[in-house]
Amino acid sequence: MKNKLLWPLLALVALLLLNLIVTPSFFALRMQDGHLYGGLVDVLKNGAPTLLIALGMTLVIATRGIDLSVGAVAAIAGAVTCVHIGTSGSASTAFAGMAIALVLCAVLGLWNGFLVAGLGIQPIIATLVLMTAGRGVAMLVTEGQIVTVNNTAYRQVGAGFVVLPVSILIALLVLGLVAFVTRRTALGMLIEAVGVNPEASRLAGVRSRTIIWTVYVFAAVCAGIAGLMISSNVSAADANNAGLWIEMDAILAVVIGGTSLAGGRYSLTGTLLGALIIQTLTTTVYTIGVAPEVTLVFKAIVVIAVCLVQAPKARAALSFRKVAVS
Amino acid sequence: MTTLAQRVPSRFLPVLATVALFVLAFGVGSARYDGFASGQVIANLFIDNAFLIVLAAGMTFVILSGGIDLSVGSVVALSTMVTASGLQAGWPVPLVIVAVLLTGSTLGLLMGLVIHKFDIQPFIVTLAGMFLARGLCFLISVESVSIKDRTFRDVATAAIELPGGVTITYNVVIALLVVAAAMYVLHRTRFGRTVYAVGGSESSALLMGLPTTRVKVGVYVISGLCSSLAGLLFSLYMLSGYGLHAVGMELDAIAAVVIGGTLLAGGVGYVLGGLAGVLVLGTIQTLISFQGTLSSWWTKIVIGVLLLVFIAVQRTIVRR
Repeated sequence: MKNKLLWPLLALVALLLLNLIVTPSFFALRMQDGHLYGGLVDVLKNGAPTLLIALGMTLVIATRGIDLSVGAVAAIAGAVTCVHIGTSGSASTAFAGMAIALVLCAVLGLWNGFLVAGLGIQPIIATLVLMTAGRGVAMLVTEGQIVTVNNTAYRQVGAGFVVLPVSILIALLVLGLVAFVTRRTALGMLIEAVGVNPEASRLAGVRSRTIIWTVYVFAAVCAGIAGLMISSNVSAADANNAGLWIEMDAILAVVIGGTSLAGGRYSLTGTLLGALIIQTLTTTVYTIGVAPEVTLVFKAIVVIAVCLVQAPKARAALSFRKVAVS
Repeated sequence: MTTLAQRVPSRFLPVLATVALFVLAFGVGSARYDGFASGQVIANLFIDNAFLIVLAAGMTFVILSGGIDLSVGSVVALSTMVTASGLQAGWPVPLVIVAVLLTGSTLGLLMGLVIHKFDIQPFIVTLAGMFLARGLCFLISVESVSIKDRTFRDVATAAIELPGGVTITYNVVIALLVVAAAMYVLHRTRFGRTVYAVGGSESSALLMGLPTTRVKVGVYVISGLCSSLAGLLFSLYMLSGYGLHAVGMELDAIAAVVIGGTLLAGGVGYVLGGLAGVLVLGTIQTLISFQGTLSSWWTKIVIGVLLLVFIAVQRTIVRR
């Protein structure tokens, strides 16, 4: 297990060192008005939504599933909350809006779970339905407009500070909760059992369907919280672009972290590392001064490199060459 | 009805269901709106979706073999970018076409090799391919590049007169040729049979001594080639190259193939199904634009619902 996390960790360290070389002040942290600022804090703050979604995705992938709809769900969450808040500035309206949004997200997760566990549809396709239709629904909610709000309570979720940015704290809290619930109880093992063989685990007395249902609901709620962060950070809901391609980033984070898409085992620490790598990469490209759009090329290279290093076949080929050379 | 059901093998049912849906959607449109039931509206379906027809044909190969290709939309964008910047640099048109097709097939070949040689999931590899192709577009230029080449513009605007005063573009002819070629390769050659065999069960195909390696890599080359060709058609259609062209088109292509009755698990489906799927998607868009009061986002919702219905129907067929 330790060995598996070595490569992602090295990649992250290499990226951070590169940043240090380009911007010597990258690691500097400073306190201002009781808020912590600095390059690392920025990475964490911008990476919080991806990390949250990747956490949900990790559990889904561990059951041999995949959830493509998270980006659309994030957009719906932001849209519902902003439309509910409207012009109101009161904290209670903001909290009510967020509660409605998260309940709705849980329902959307139930829907995905129903398609996968209830009807037995392939997860890629089952969630593709909501990925396609979900953005349409979000547009329907916002009536195709970008809805802006002016609500201090809502702003706290994505842009607020309690020493550290609130979004980081939320993401770390969820990470801690998931780690506790799945690794301190048998739940994690049951999830992995379902991923190895749903039928066998059902025969062994594991409630496969309930577990699959649960992970999809959890993924959707995570996506909902991430959607709130994204929309709250800019105080607006953009049905078209909020959380666009975030499902891909999240899947990448999970895979870079060493969780196999074939299901059956997962690593939360790996996912944390993966999410950090992706965000650091994006930040690095910005600080180096390359056009931000080109980030995609670097992302592709990192993904392929990390996947190749982890692939058993590639490792075998690599070690064979080394022997041959020596 | 019973005689029909007896005569038609059940494996054709999903494709027939899609065709029936297309006829139904078109019938509803003709009944509700004046001028809907004209030859030109049908011709426009082909003109506006020529590139998607080509994409769906390539995607059918990949999905039949049990894989998936998420890179097609980005490869379309990259092809428009290569076309536009090549023409801007004064390259002759044939050279541009060869360069574009080579780029697409090489990308496909690389992805196929990585998928096969290193046993990494197609989903992740083609996702990386999607990022790579999109990023390469922006490496060429962040701005949109318009196409001003005379020959290219002439081909793009040329109209072919059909009987009944209906006009189509060369794009449509090329797209239909691609569909015909894909049908020939898939249904009439050894390569095609092997694609079905690999999609049905890879280990069985391997044990039967079929060349699974060639097929598993080959389908991605075909998909890459089709994507770059679709990119050429798209640049003819848009007359510009831009890194943000064709965002999310891979989902449209996958949706069209699935609606056309191809099973995502692989091994079951037809090229014509993909064509029918594209026509259904196109008809929905036309319906919504004819209605006028419905906003464009309804298209997405309807496509999602259709996907759902078709998957559910397929599911019941497979269970039987």
